[in-house]
Amino acid sequence: MASFTLRVNGEERKVEAAPETPLLWVLRDALGLTGTKYGCGIAQCGACTVLLDHEAVRSCQTPVKDAAGHAIVTIEGLSADGSHAVQRAWAVEDVPQCGYCQSGQIMAAVALLARKPHPTDADVDAAMSGILCRCGTYNRIRRAIRRAAQGGRP
Amino acid sequence: MSAVFKLSRRRFLELSAGAAAGLALGVGRPGRAGAAGTTSFAPSAFLSIDETGAVTVWVTKSEMGQGVRTSLPMLVAEELEADWSRVRIEPALAEARYGSMGTGGSRSIRSLFLPLRQVGAAAREMLVAAAAARWGVDAGTCRAERGAVLHGPSGRRLGYGELVTQAAKLPVPKDPALKSPKEFRLIGKRVPRLDTPDKIDGRAVFGIDVRVPGMLHAVVARAPAYGARVAGFDADRARAVPGVRGIHQVPSGVAVVADSTWAAMQGREALRVTWDAGPNAALDDGAIGRLYEERSRAPEGVARKEGEGAKALERAARRLEAVYQVPFLAHATMEPMNCTAHVRGDGAEIWAPTQAPQWAQEEVAKALGLKPEAVKVHTTLLGGGFGRRSRYDFPVEAALVSKAAGAPVQVLWTREDDMRHDFYRPASLHRLAAGLDGKGHLLAWTHRVVAPSISRQLFGKASRSGDRPDVVEGAWDLPYVAPAIEVDYAVPDVGVPVGWWRSVYSTQTAFANECFLDEIATAAKKDPYALRRELLPGNSRLRGALELAASRAGWGKPLARGRGRGIACHSPFGSHVAEVAEISVEAGRVRVHRVVCAIDCGQVVNPDTVEAQVEGAMVYGLSAALRGEISIERGLAKQGNFDDYEPLRMSEMPAVEVHIVPSSADPGGVGEPGTPPIAPAVANAVFAATGKRIRRLPLAGKLA
Repeated sequence: MASFTLRVNGEERKVEAAPETPLLWVLRDALGLTGTKYGCGIAQCGACTVLLDHEAVRSCQTPVKDAAGHAIVTIEGLSADGSHAVQRAWAVEDVPQCGYCQSGQIMAAVALLARKPHPTDADVDAAMSGILCRCGTYNRIRRAIRRAAQGGRP
Repeated sequence: MSAVFKLSRRRFLELSAGAAAGLALGVGRPGRAGAAGTTSFAPSAFLSIDETGAVTVWVTKSEMGQGVRTSLPMLVAEELEADWSRVRIEPALAEARYGSMGTGGSRSIRSLFLPLRQVGAAAREMLVAAAAARWGVDAGTCRAERGAVLHGPSGRRLGYGELVTQAAKLPVPKDPALKSPKEFRLIGKRVPRLDTPDKIDGRAVFGIDVRVPGMLHAVVARAPAYGARVAGFDADRARAVPGVRGIHQVPSGVAVVADSTWAAMQGREALRVTWDAGPNAALDDGAIGRLYEERSRAPEGVARKEGEGAKALERAARRLEAVYQVPFLAHATMEPMNCTAHVRGDGAEIWAPTQAPQWAQEEVAKALGLKPEAVKVHTTLLGGGFGRRSRYDFPVEAALVSKAAGAPVQVLWTREDDMRHDFYRPASLHRLAAGLDGKGHLLAWTHRVVAPSISRQLFGKASRSGDRPDVVEGAWDLPYVAPAIEVDYAVPDVGVPVGWWRSVYSTQTAFANECFLDEIATAAKKDPYALRRELLPGNSRLRGALELAASRAGWGKPLARGRGRGIACHSPFGSHVAEVAEISVEAGRVRVHRVVCAIDCGQVVNPDTVEAQVEGAMVYGLSAALRGEISIERGLAKQGNFDDYEPLRMSEMPAVEVHIVPSSADPGGVGEPGTPPIAPAVANAVFAATGKRIRRLPLAGKLA
């Protein structure tokens, strides 16, 4: 076990963990940030997606030792009240069904729009195809991303 | 039919656990269980309105994405004339008096459409009566509107919150007047989901997100073959893993209990378990295939026979035969199985993402030697269900691990655990034959279904009602008209656990029916859509859905080079669905460009949810049709994660249109019906595009 200081959602948090522990389990079990989900543990589903220095990463494949010192943002840190442009677009399109994958979807969309404010369909495919949804919300996700990119307009 | 009765104050306080509530109502079945609030078998839900006018609806069905935490309160609020912005929901604890809380079979709206409206209507009448008494006027001169009672002549107004104390003293009307559909304000409207805000900011609590003070985390080392048992284990190295707190043998394997999920996983890696291999150690796809083939030679029973049945084939000018096959499928809910349990000496508390809270309660009680009432079951949000979460294996296991550990424990199934220890969509084999006359008219249709029975594995009998076995669902009720029809079956017992998978047997039987019908169309040189229209009764709702899908899809209009269109339809769970798929085949891979669905599901409660469900159900079936396959090797599922069992991804998502047939018929099912038609629609489109008839799913690898 070792001690790490993580910068999560703008706060410094100290955790004790084995250095190879995936960030996912540190967030969920040590820090109580359960909005980030476990889906596969092998970077195939993207449910665990968080931002590390504004880039979307799979927290199940990110050892805590590599996350220390970087700015980590989880779904809980996106806004205080669900008012981030991407969250608002998700609400207007009523995207979620079961909702389990949506934290990962939203974090991937936030990273995409930060990099490309006006993504093409191909950009959306490239950025989002790593995040699985079993409920079939992909077309609503695409509409929500378009809406967010257009300042809330459909 | 349901009637409304009043809850005793004691029962209500037990239920509401401190909520400030003035008025509580329940639905029950008259003549059962003498006392109010203890009715066992009726569909039931609860309503309370507090002094501030806030309305709480207890939702007895599990929310797994289908929108019941919005649509069920809509039913109450509609008749209550509630102010929708003041309506909130509480998930109900598992209790017998709610009637069945099992969430499956696309039944939630179907079973609660009337009872929940009656709850709302009775409360509205009581609130109106209370206001009329307060004002000393005739109740007939008052009306309820948006959370208040208004007195027309004087313009006086009292909010529901101001009336609850008086209303609670009034007798509950037995037969309250319900609105006519044209008076609906909420039902039929696109009402935003109440659970969306929590699902976009991380607050939503799924089973895996439950946190209980003192809770430990566990994973279980599971059998390497179905039916294998623990022979012994060496836990020394596992115990040495930092954070590991205990190793406990349970019926499903060996549990490693730790301070964190990761420590439990590391502990399991270090654990050495030896297994008694059990009866299925050599089982594989080859053996299962031979068993099916052998059993397909002679039927066990006949599910439907019309006219001369199979004998009519002998006189046909032309005879077609085909064998269709589909594989086992895993549910692969995004949230893998998990459950949190806290077992104490005299009782237990369970937090489970379950579709069957009462069944879990019963079985946990049985496993612990407790009375069901001593087991408190909280239903969390479900990260997908699709039928998998109707089973009680994961709650029972968590209870046993908690008991052994002497602490609250969350047992998490890794993705591999979840995929290799599922109750799979039964693999099936279908022998079909058709007889045509010289002009291409259909004279005879026969269908033999060969599939293991979910019901037999669970309850010992393939047919619980005593008539036909579960395996012929969707086959015996072929919607087409023919002078002779015979549907029979054989039910092999395989060592693979089988279970309900979105649409149960209809995904298998619709694939066989609808592809074979296309083969008949080809043989008769008829258009597949025209042949379906010809063979469906003129007044059939399925034909209405078929016509709507065909017209919106532009059936018959020219397509770009290389593209093909396929159509299929089916009537599962009280609804009628048709789908048209447009595809191309690129480098041996099927690319689906567009899917047009039409559904007749009777009266719609929330069209936005219906569209989402039909689209989602179609996608679920499309993942399976394109590449879904669980194969069996040495008695276990070979596939373990999303790298070898890969659902559809966004880049593969077709454009989808869902059209709803306007209808005021009783509500039909919505969660499942969109699934069965997609595989045959796509396979028929593949034939249209390439001339290749694929009779075995998945499509992947068949077109190279």
